[in-house]
Amino acid sequence: MMYTPHTKNDVEAMLAAIGRENIDHLFQEIPEKYRFPKLDLPKALTELEAQAELQEIASANATTKDMISFLGAGVYDHYIPVAIDSLLRRSEFYTSYTPYQPEISQGTLQAIFEYQSLICALTGMDVSNASHYDGATAAAEAVIMAYHNFKGKRNKIVVSRIVNPQYRKVIHTYTQGYENISIVGDDAFTDSTLNHQELAALLDIDTALLLIQYPDFFGNIYDYRQLIEQAHAYGALVAVSVNPMSLGLLTPPGEFGADIVIGEGQPLGIPLSYGGPYLGIFATKKELVRKIAGRIVGQTTDVNGQLAYVLTLTAREQHIRREKSTSNICSNQGLMALASTIYLSLLGKNGLKQVAELCYQKAHYAADRISRIKGFSIKYSSTPFFNEFVVHCPKPVSLINLALQDHLILGGYDLSQEYPELPNHMLVAVTEKLSKEDIDAFCEALEEVTQ
Amino acid sequence: MIEKTVFELSAEGRTGFQFPDLDVPSYELPQDFLRQQLPLPEMSEIDVVRHFTRISQKNYAVDIGLYPLGSCTMKYNPKINEEMARLPGFALTHPHQPIVTTQGNLFLMYTLQEWLKEISGFAAVTLEPAAGAQGELVGALIIRKYHHQNRQVGRKNILIPDSAHGTNPATSSMVGFDVISIPSDSRGNVSIEAIAPYCDDQLAGLMLTNPNTLGLFDENVTKVIDMIHQAGGLVYGDGANMNALLGIVKPAELGIDIMHFNLHKTFSTPHGGGGPGSGPVGVTTTLKDFLPDPIVTVIEEGDEETPPLFGFSHPAQTIGQIKSFYGHFGVLIRAYTYIAMHSADGLRNISEMAVLNANYLLSKVRQKYTLPYERQCMHEFVVEGVWDDVPGIHALDIAKRLMDFGYHPPTNYFPLIVHEALMIEPTETESKENLDAFAETLNRIADEARLNPELLHSAPHSTPVGRCDELKAARDLVLCCWSDNLSE
Repeated sequence: MMYTPHTKNDVEAMLAAIGRENIDHLFQEIPEKYRFPKLDLPKALTELEAQAELQEIASANATTKDMISFLGAGVYDHYIPVAIDSLLRRSEFYTSYTPYQPEISQGTLQAIFEYQSLICALTGMDVSNASHYDGATAAAEAVIMAYHNFKGKRNKIVVSRIVNPQYRKVIHTYTQGYENISIVGDDAFTDSTLNHQELAALLDIDTALLLIQYPDFFGNIYDYRQLIEQAHAYGALVAVSVNPMSLGLLTPPGEFGADIVIGEGQPLGIPLSYGGPYLGIFATKKELVRKIAGRIVGQTTDVNGQLAYVLTLTAREQHIRREKSTSNICSNQGLMALASTIYLSLLGKNGLKQVAELCYQKAHYAADRISRIKGFSIKYSSTPFFNEFVVHCPKPVSLINLALQDHLILGGYDLSQEYPELPNHMLVAVTEKLSKEDIDAFCEALEEVTQ
Repeated sequence: MIEKTVFELSAEGRTGFQFPDLDVPSYELPQDFLRQQLPLPEMSEIDVVRHFTRISQKNYAVDIGLYPLGSCTMKYNPKINEEMARLPGFALTHPHQPIVTTQGNLFLMYTLQEWLKEISGFAAVTLEPAAGAQGELVGALIIRKYHHQNRQVGRKNILIPDSAHGTNPATSSMVGFDVISIPSDSRGNVSIEAIAPYCDDQLAGLMLTNPNTLGLFDENVTKVIDMIHQAGGLVYGDGANMNALLGIVKPAELGIDIMHFNLHKTFSTPHGGGGPGSGPVGVTTTLKDFLPDPIVTVIEEGDEETPPLFGFSHPAQTIGQIKSFYGHFGVLIRAYTYIAMHSADGLRNISEMAVLNANYLLSKVRQKYTLPYERQCMHEFVVEGVWDDVPGIHALDIAKRLMDFGYHPPTNYFPLIVHEALMIEPTETESKENLDAFAETLNRIADEARLNPELLHSAPHSTPVGRCDELKAARDLVLCCWSDNLSE
């Protein structure tokens, strides 16, 4: 199938107009030796055939519809109201470009402005950008922003080991070229339960940023106020990585001293889609607004004095500052930010609180049930948690999960993959999509496969 | 018409979604951690649907008309791609699922890697980068690590032509390179004379966009690449303009070492109002061990009875992970569908028609607009949006006036080396009639500039808002619904 509309007559007329005999003549500047290589690709499919092929490929997967899933670890299987996709499919949204021409992009611009506002409301921060690629790259951008905030004079980044392991890896990748940045607190030899005193002990006057997670990667909720005060006493910035869904219930980081809030926006109406595209939330205080990487939309007026929205503070960005820019980001997750904007608008204050509570309650029911199974215990039983918790299992998690597949259950995340110090520990996530029957079935299967 | 924001449309007690009741016993909430206020809007579903429908109608889009943004490749986004990306078999898979439960996803990614290798000539491809700019970051980190592995840590100079996208120098700075801007020669090619002095043991590499942002195929390309290689440097190819080269030339065969693709340009995945994009990166055999972690691979060969088992491998010298998981999978499905429906002939047809369209359009407007480089163009071209006899008219005025005729303007003021640049890329999905009508409009605007320049200065007249005060936006900084003025 081709989407080019040219008829044979069109091509002839167009060639005549430009004075060329044939199409090949258009490519004479390509070195002859390399011109027109053969491409070995399968025969072209029609729409009918493509649909059948893609359906067949998709059917080789088992989905969270085919299996009861307790997987989370930063990405959650929440219900997505159908109105969201219905609106995302408006081609005025998805077939438009970055809103560099505000007169004909007010839809995208207003949606981003509302997204920024909703993220500020949710996190308790003053300003949000138009989004980064995902939670992990938002974390890396926070590190780089903090580094530049101190003009490179503070080189220490203190990162809790209970920040999402992927975020920590991406931070390491992004900072390779900043040769004096030193990342501490997250190395493999550190105890994963490294408490606040030990993290605080790493802070000093060279610290540019403290990065912590709330709820942390194990699902636990801690009071970070004292730790944040200690970081501030050294003049360091503090970034808090959040699960935005939890903020339907929990005190936002803006109220306990965070300078930067980052997070994975996927829980807010974005499909699992095997890891992407997702949404990198990035919000901060107004004092730092000029240090933010990425797009920002602001309000203004047009020539007639009418309210309008535009991309603003663009002098920070790569297309203006080139090598002097602090980030190369040249897109935002436009459509994903739109999805979360619609999600938060539909649910509103009561809906988001309700879904957060459902996740909390069902997760607590699951933890309660699992703690009664012989051989299983809840690792941090005295610490409050949101919708995810660590289970100590009687056998390696990989073996349990393999056996659970026969019960059409996707067991929780195997923590030993990233935390060798936690063998036999499973991170169990529960969302509002799971029923009591699903949770009961999981507990029964756990019992059965570990007997 | 001003559209109120979701906060202004809110009314206490409304909701647009209802969840089922709790079906498990109730547990005590963590009282010390509960938030006191959640200042989100309250709206009914119809209010939400109408609001977003109304604001959508203030956007211009490919589905409305010609969108000739240079170097952005705003081609038609096939509807079948959207359907395929939403198949529950794909959309409802969790990235932490065991690989035996996601063989469909892994097959699709593996096959797409193979196809991109075939199209570009590279030995290995990663699908992980989230966008072209992130692909560049991957490339720059690979160049850096490659030199470090070879104990050539002094190689810090990266050469970037002055016609390059801003992301090239910005990316280079992020990895600690020193950016050296290379002027273009009189034919718009990379200047060989300007490169020569930097071909020494300080050279990390060159970032080359070809066809460049002038829409010209670099006539010095193989010579320049040879010079860089001779000096021990690597050549990064910015694949933004790959839409001109499908089945025309394989960039790796020209000698390019690393290149990113923009699936949202060349392979028809939607731009989404600014994202998500997808920027896979191809590399030569020498560099494949440096690719980001992880990469999709066959971990157990199949035979006649059983298909191969797909999984992940971890390149030995990897630069590391650059985002969560494996790439923008939803975008990859769309690109897979597009390539599957085109195959070799179809892909070549795309580039042929893209180049034909650009040259045809150029032939229709070149009498009225100045062409800075008298050459045949590839898939796009740049003209000057300014005339000596009407000095008060600028590229911006032409761009804004085009909106009155129902067009999105071309990219303007880029590349920086062309005075008042208008960079025009019609793409292959526009018909001759559409190009004729657009050319006629451009030419009419050139006439208007003389007859009634005020019409251009005051344009646009027919859009939801008129020209916007960008200085005011940056000065007053109103960045969310309830903040009056952050700059105070």
